[in-house]
Amino acid sequence: MSYPSIQAKPEILGPVSNSFIALSVLVALFMNGLPWGGIWLMLRPDFVAVVMLYWCLHKPVRIGIGLTWAVGILADVADASLFGQHALAYTLLAFGGVVLHRRLQMFDLRQQTVQVFWIFAVTYAVYALVNWQINGYMVWLYFLGCLTSTLVWMPLSIMLQTMGQKRVDHERRHRERRP
Amino acid sequence: MIDNTQSFRFFNRGPSSVARLVFFAVLSLLLMFVDTRYRYLESTRSALSVLISPIQMLEILPGSLWQQAGDLYITQGMQQALIKQNDELSRQHQSDAAQLLQLQAIQLENQQLRNLAELPIRNEFTTQLAEIVYAERDVFKRKILINKGTDADVKLGQVVMDDIGIVGQITRVYPWLSEVTLVTEKDHAVPVQVLRNAVRTILFGSGDISQLSLRYMPASADIQADDILVTSGIDGIYPPGIPVAKVVKVERDPAYPFANVTCIPVAGVDKHRHMLILSSMPKLPERPDEKAEGKETGNRVKVRRNN
Repeated sequence: MSYPSIQAKPEILGPVSNSFIALSVLVALFMNGLPWGGIWLMLRPDFVAVVMLYWCLHKPVRIGIGLTWAVGILADVADASLFGQHALAYTLLAFGGVVLHRRLQMFDLRQQTVQVFWIFAVTYAVYALVNWQINGYMVWLYFLGCLTSTLVWMPLSIMLQTMGQKRVDHERRHRERRP
Repeated sequence: MIDNTQSFRFFNRGPSSVARLVFFAVLSLLLMFVDTRYRYLESTRSALSVLISPIQMLEILPGSLWQQAGDLYITQGMQQALIKQNDELSRQHQSDAAQLLQLQAIQLENQQLRNLAELPIRNEFTTQLAEIVYAERDVFKRKILINKGTDADVKLGQVVMDDIGIVGQITRVYPWLSEVTLVTEKDHAVPVQVLRNAVRTILFGSGDISQLSLRYMPASADIQADDILVTSGIDGIYPPGIPVAKVVKVERDPAYPFANVTCIPVAGVDKHRHMLILSSMPKLPERPDEKAEGKETGNRVKVRRNN
């Protein structure tokens, strides 16, 4: 029996600077806030959720449940939703990420996508459930976003990985040049 | 003391993730409870919105840039369309001007009659132009954000309309933005009357983009398709006589005591970029205290008579 998952992760990830993490979250908030409308709004992947899950999986010590909750509060303000609605959903997302990070890091990206879908599904379900409790109705098309978020997972995590790495290389070179 | 889990903790990393999950989940639930029941958190929200606002300013950039780029390239076909539109507008303006003259005469007459009858004169309201920053950010809500906030003296509960009719009402005010709940939002109510025969009723949003409904309309009520519903001005929030919706279908099922009336909003609730905020509405006398429970209906009748 072979273990392709081990071959799938040959490199050891270097450190990622805090400013890069902050920047990625800000960009995700920006992407979420672009004027999506109609069916595109339903199809919009939740970039903030994807990015936060990525960092919870890869840097669980630095980006944990608390910070994700804070980002959720910001998302609530940006979306004009109920205070704590995104925060609650993202708390569950971060919990899933932090608890499963060892297991998920063993998988390659394709396998991760399947696993990650369920985390997104729970996050979306919690958000929709809160809305259902308060407003008394459900928009089923909303769950399309959880599919697109999953689809975006692979390209986004490749992007974050390479960009984070590049930044680290750059910093290292900078340090070497300045002995 | 070492717990019986597989890994020994070399480094103290604070409480376990389950404890954190429970803590933050309870915190969010608490916040949600407070936010739905009370209005304590509005100041926090506007403080945090200052943090977010640079991002929000950036978000509208691509759209406005795109529009500006589109404005730069005016093609031949568009020129024709513009000429046509110009003609149409000037024609419209002429006919409107004639009607406006009539309106002024009627207003004067109305004022005189009201003076004679010793009725309070209906105050004029002033308007403020605002632009939509973005529309319906949340799948579950029919809300838009406009670019006037506390800096432009926008207040909670002010009415927002476009050039044809009522669009919605301001439900939340930020330093530079305010949130408008559209009339199509689920359970959003507007007191209206039928223009044709002044039957009073209340119009409800249905959460759908282009649908409104009249609930509790008796099956015998005199209402028919193509009736225009205008604001009645009874609550003192909406100025009287502004079009809100048009009746498209009336279903009278003998099995139900109420008629099923479907309407569509007349205003471009989901179309235009520019909106008018109405301000300086006349203050109504305080609604009498409802100390005696159960006499609520009586009070309501009284208020109506006062108007």
